[in-house]
Amino acid sequence: MLRVKPTKSAWLIMLSIVLIVIGVYLGEPDTVLRKAIYICMECIGIG
Amino acid sequence: MAKAKKKGGKRHIIQLFFACITNSFVTGFVGGKIFRGKLKYICHPGLNCYSCPGALLSCPIGSLQAVLGSRSFLFSTYVFGMILLFGALLGRMVCGFLCPFGFVQELLYKIPFKKKIKTFKGDKPLRRLKYIVLVVLVIALPMLLKTSGDSSPVYCKYLCPAGTLEAGIPHVTYDKLAKPPALVNALPEGSLPAVNLIKGGVELSQPKLKTGWLFLWKLSILIVIVLLSIFIYRPFCKYLCPLGAIYGIMNPVALYRLNFNKDKCISCGICAKRCNMGIDPTKNANSAECVRCKDCVNACPTGALSTSFSLDSLVCKSAERKGI
Repeated sequence: MLRVKPTKSAWLIMLSIVLIVIGVYLGEPDTVLRKAIYICMECIGIG
Repeated sequence: MAKAKKKGGKRHIIQLFFACITNSFVTGFVGGKIFRGKLKYICHPGLNCYSCPGALLSCPIGSLQAVLGSRSFLFSTYVFGMILLFGALLGRMVCGFLCPFGFVQELLYKIPFKKKIKTFKGDKPLRRLKYIVLVVLVIALPMLLKTSGDSSPVYCKYLCPAGTLEAGIPHVTYDKLAKPPALVNALPEGSLPAVNLIKGGVELSQPKLKTGWLFLWKLSILIVIVLLSIFIYRPFCKYLCPLGAIYGIMNPVALYRLNFNKDKCISCGICAKRCNMGIDPTKNANSAECVRCKDCVNACPTGALSTSFSLDSLVCKSAERKGI
């Protein structure tokens, strides 16, 4: 009988999805968007 | 024997296409603005500054620092999860195919130069620098400096040449070209950043930018990287890129991988000679330094090297033994 086990890649993909979901639940995407929709003065070497 | 294929080719078309499609907010280039749509919730897989006038997506390293440096969060699971997902699926194939800054460096390396440097004394230890950049500049400092408020993105502020190239130069150039009205010209220099300029009745998208030592520092870093790129292949990716460091660690477990068939190998060494990242794929096909450019695959005369993206590698099947 064949036994099927997830590999490291599968665990990593599952972990990354779980992390993304937790981040969305905590409201992280809003912080990302807030930073990304205004010119980042530090990134361009001004601030 | 299979004939060796031409170097680059289709990959450069993919690189160009991806760089253009993810930086296709044309209005930004024309009007000195940046994209403000909801696509910016998503991170670009490669190093692409979110302040680039054309950028439709967020920069993964900038976003990671924004969340790590925010007092509202202890750690960034959302951005880290997204980087982990790209890495688990593609590994450093992102560097070889999807990173706009990597593409720029590759184009610079195509400029004819008498002596291209493949390796030098200290090359290998220097490659560890990117892990230090990742841990210290990207993760530790933004987390440690947020005691008295949200901290600034240290890596973006003091090191990132992609930000200078893709955002700094376009915005500063636009700002210099947009002539301010006389009244604003008469204002004291220090008060300019707080003033929104009015030109012909149209409010410009940004206040007057004041370049100082920081801009010069970042510009110097960019110039050094550009000059180095002419005779060293992807110097920023090799020695400094924190995103490449993460993807490199994930190369051995990513679904997209390089396969080496020992039975087909005739030990001619062409693959190692062709590799611009200085790897011998017959010794370690999934090295953290491999950007999956496939130059070795195309050069191999016997087809001993191949790439694969297989969902089969998500599971391993083994025969179950009874009675244990």
